[in-house]
Amino acid sequence: MTVAKRIIPCLDVDKGRVVKGVNFVNIKDAGDPVEIAKRYDDQGADELTMLDITASSETRDTTYKTVESIAGQVFIPLTVGGGVRATKDIKRLLRSGADKVSINTAAVNNPDFIKEAADKFGSQCIVVAVDAKATDDTFSSWEVVTYGGRERTGIDVVEWVNTVKEHGAGEILLTSMDRDGTKEGFDNKLTKAVSSSVSIPVIASGGAGTLQHLVDGIKEGGAEAVLAASIFHFSEFTVQEAKQAMLGSGLEVRN
Amino acid sequence: MTKIAVIDYGMGNLHSVSKALEEVSTTEEIMVTSDPETIKRADKIVLPGVGAIKDCLEAFSDDLRSVTLELIRNKPTLAICVGMQMLLESSEENGGVKCLNVLDGRIVKIPASKDIKIPHMGWNKINFLSDHFLWSNIPDNSFFYFVHSYCCLSSTDAISKTTHGENLISALGKDNIFAVQFHPEKSQNLGLQLYKNFLDWSI
Repeated sequence: MTVAKRIIPCLDVDKGRVVKGVNFVNIKDAGDPVEIAKRYDDQGADELTMLDITASSETRDTTYKTVESIAGQVFIPLTVGGGVRATKDIKRLLRSGADKVSINTAAVNNPDFIKEAADKFGSQCIVVAVDAKATDDTFSSWEVVTYGGRERTGIDVVEWVNTVKEHGAGEILLTSMDRDGTKEGFDNKLTKAVSSSVSIPVIASGGAGTLQHLVDGIKEGGAEAVLAASIFHFSEFTVQEAKQAMLGSGLEVRN
Repeated sequence: MTKIAVIDYGMGNLHSVSKALEEVSTTEEIMVTSDPETIKRADKIVLPGVGAIKDCLEAFSDDLRSVTLELIRNKPTLAICVGMQMLLESSEENGGVKCLNVLDGRIVKIPASKDIKIPHMGWNKINFLSDHFLWSNIPDNSFFYFVHSYCCLSSTDAISKTTHGENLISALGKDNIFAVQFHPEKSQNLGLQLYKNFLDWSI
């Protein structure tokens, strides 16, 4: 027995509302973040992730308020990401009640930012979000993409996650931009390539459409945790049902 | 009115600790404070801890440290994560540091093995090694939330253990002190129950 595999519902938040789109387009309103966070907590979610998808300076104060309201009512770990560019952003989010902060583009632009953040706040609260896209249709190598997948960087994903780990990240949130929003399942080859090459926990994200997909992300991808948004938002499945499916396939979960 | 001081030495997220205490408090006053005079008047103390242990120890000014230690010797004390680690003899973290030496045991890096991830991050079971008032209404083998890379592997004050590769000490207790490696403020209902037990605890 060791640590349980985690289910992490993700709230994509835009101007104080939860939204969900396919590949970050066709965005649909899914409700109030605090209400949704409480619902997932009641259902037995192991953690919550909130991504501020606009992350513009005008809406930033709304984000801090949302984080504060969620953290005041939900007693499970909360990771917040989107637009984190400097240590002052991290400090403000942690002070608002976030337990972990996820860094994406700013880490790619300046890997030393990961080290600076980990030294200052501890590796345990620094998650690096890695958005990956296959380099060709064999789906056997992947490159890091930024700005929601619009920009290719040419950086190899497996090399990058090792750099990220060396710089002090405590966890990797790995999203397949090929699968995100498609409901075809996680890119398990990608997850496996990453989880087998680093010793820090990897969260699989992008593409979950069924409960079996969540199981596969752990069994085939070797992820420590699975993140999903739309399958929970529109009540297709509850977190409880997801846990039952995981238990049923022999995985250790918190029940 | 019972006064609970949550020691604020400038590190990390104290918001969730104070929110959890407020959630379960009835008449108690919850004070998040670094003021030695305020701490002196407290009836119970909570010592959180997030981040690197050296920074946490250094953040204790001389005044804050002597007042806090005085209370730790006499009043009901709940220490969490790095707060727990600071109460032991020493830690390997940051090249080796001396700790406050209130509880038995040393902090070492979690022994690496092929099957485990470090940090130890997520929900894991605690197995009771002895009874304690703070375990009231918490079943043995319950899940609590952990996040740490350093741990205590043996202590004469151990009261629960948790398996992550090896057996780690997940809680220690001695007289008026209860110290946990996990985060009750992040462990949903059972974590809140533990805070409630702490508020109800009299010694």
